Amino acid sequence: MLQRDYTTSQLDVLEAEAIHIMREVAAEFERPCLLFSGGKDSIVMLRIAEKAFWPAPIPFPLMHVDTGHNFPEVIEFRDRRVAELGARLVVASVQSSIDAGRVVEETGRRASRNRLQTTTLLDAIEEQQFDAVFGGARRDEEKARAKERIFSFRDDFGQWDPKNQRPELWNLYNAKIRQGEHIRVFPLSNWTELDIWDYIRREEIEIPSIYFAHTRKVFERDGMLLSDADVVNRADDETVFETTVRYRTVGDMTCTGAVQSAAANVDDIIAEIAVTRITERGATRADDRASEAAMEDRKREGYF
Amino acid sequence: MDILRFATAGSVDDGKSTLIGRLLFDSKAIFEDQLEAVERTSRDRGTEYTDLSLLTDGLRAEREQGITIDVAYRYFATPKRKFIIADTPGHIQYTRNMVTGASTADLAIVLIDARKGVLEQSRRHAFLTTLLRVPHLVLAVNKMDLVDYSEDRFNEIREEFTAFASKLSAPDLTFIPISALHGDNVVSRSESMPWYEGTSLMHHLENVHIASDRNLVDVRFPVQYVIRPQKATDPAFHDYRGYAGQIAGGVLKPGDEVMHLPSGLTTRISSIDTFDGPVDEAFPPMSVTIRLADDIDVSRGDMICRPNNQPEAAQELEAMICWMGDGAKLMPRSKLLIKHTTRTARALVRDLHYRLDVNTLHRDESAESLSLNEIGRVSLRITQPLFVDDYSRNRMTGGFILVDEATNSTVGAGMIVDARS
Repeated sequence: MLQRDYTTSQLDVLEAEAIHIMREVAAEFERPCLLFSGGKDSIVMLRIAEKAFWPAPIPFPLMHVDTGHNFPEVIEFRDRRVAELGARLVVASVQSSIDAGRVVEETGRRASRNRLQTTTLLDAIEEQQFDAVFGGARRDEEKARAKERIFSFRDDFGQWDPKNQRPELWNLYNAKIRQGEHIRVFPLSNWTELDIWDYIRREEIEIPSIYFAHTRKVFERDGMLLSDADVVNRADDETVFETTVRYRTVGDMTCTGAVQSAAANVDDIIAEIAVTRITERGATRADDRASEAAMEDRKREGYF
Repeated sequence: MDILRFATAGSVDDGKSTLIGRLLFDSKAIFEDQLEAVERTSRDRGTEYTDLSLLTDGLRAEREQGITIDVAYRYFATPKRKFIIADTPGHIQYTRNMVTGASTADLAIVLIDARKGVLEQSRRHAFLTTLLRVPHLVLAVNKMDLVDYSEDRFNEIREEFTAFASKLSAPDLTFIPISALHGDNVVSRSESMPWYEGTSLMHHLENVHIASDRNLVDVRFPVQYVIRPQKATDPAFHDYRGYAGQIAGGVLKPGDEVMHLPSGLTTRISSIDTFDGPVDEAFPPMSVTIRLADDIDVSRGDMICRPNNQPEAAQELEAMICWMGDGAKLMPRSKLLIKHTTRTARALVRDLHYRLDVNTLHRDESAESLSLNEIGRVSLRITQPLFVDDYSRNRMTGGFILVDEATNSTVGAGMIVDARS
């Protein structure tokens, strides 16, 4: 791992930075939680949390915002991983928010619960009185995220103000907040998609099966392959066909597209990403395509 | 593969966005969908060329106003290195943003327009780079195509800048003549400048030696978090007590004699632990957990060092401050929170010695306050000892931030120049 000239590999530097960030949060906040969706970034984040506090257990609960439209393989993975760690999982349900009248279900062919999640997330943060919330977002994912701090301040409405962010210097993070405010913390800020996969390979971390090539019934919409599932509203002229696909990102079934791929293991995936010419969100996320500033607008409201 | 973090300073006029765009494009870090989006926006706005600054200017307000508001981080990799660019705006809030970007940078690129030569802005950028002790500075003399790739012009600029840099404690300084637009000396050596015997910018970024920039001499381990797994399922860990942190200096090994501060007690390192097993040695920037041979009362904010090489335990600090608050100014008698390594305390500004003009380096000793983006030298009194080194010796134990307790904003960055107990 280490050479005599004290050069440190990029994964070791990124891991050391992320561990430092996690310990800083555990030391400075009273009620942190870690957002765990079962997606690859949050899986890596969870491994970092295990490492940061070993041999003690992770000193905060996990939280998943469940839209009810998740891939069943991912929910199964989430529950198994939580059980292995003996962690506490808080599930915040979008369906409950709909039932309680906090949000209204979208209708039509493109109906998605993507945007509704923000309300569910903010309600849960308030109800559980979380003061720091770890997210797996990376700056390379999206241009609004490239401007995000590692400790990202949210006011008492959960909102992000990109024009008024706290300067962040060295490895000194400002954790000061008032009651009702919180900090979103992004320990993987400096990781790229390829770093995540390299790390999954190096650490031999298990990930949900939908990241690997499998046969699936899909249909095409806006150049994306969406899964033919009950929760996805498909028009009659959108023809279903069976093909070999995998997922590059894991979100809602209604807005996450699959890519055609034969990559059956992590090595194949890394080889595929190394030559790909399209970003992971560009290839697979309808939620980012709404407008040029779709991500920024959702983030301002309090999205992940 | 290691990581090089570098900061770029300059404005669109210097060709900074073109340069970054080219580095990203030639290393295949720009994807088709990103390029298409930029081309579409450029077209919609009636711009004739593809405006690569749109790649980094991610916020709605930035796009609307055509300015860069904030530090943007960009990533690319070559087979040799992973690179993190902190791209800082040239005009708006330049000091605050550049200081932020430079604080973690191994290298800074300052762009100079070959036609215009060394401007006030170039001097300002170079000064901030040296103030923040960025170990490597590259002067990229851009737009060489517009001065007929003239060796004389390049030498003129180099001499002028070298004369200025001698007034700063300038680090490793490299001059590269480039044309970001045409790609001369950016990734590969230019055929238009046979007189230039150095390497291309990319080659320099890939090969500049940074491993020895870290302080591997003075052992500094700020205790961040105490790990005591009392409820661990494995009985072997019932009495476990480890001190977690990120190493800020030196090389630590099991068996080493160490001193705990503030107590001054000495003991030995019994083990350096990680999730992946114990390690034989630990050095910056590793995050580890240290166990000690003796039972000493150690908590967050304490420091572990060597008995014969200790930081100053200081309650009086002399520091250069970059003020970042846009509300209250820094003045004598200001009371602030100070965060230094893992310790937070209260600080009182005792004196403002001078305000520094970052363009002329003139010291204004009659200054009574520091406003947003101003830099000055101050004396601080701290409510409890901080374990500090001069910033020039160690950026991790020599740097601190100041927080306004009324607003919780980060309002200042400090670099310790002279610590006394």
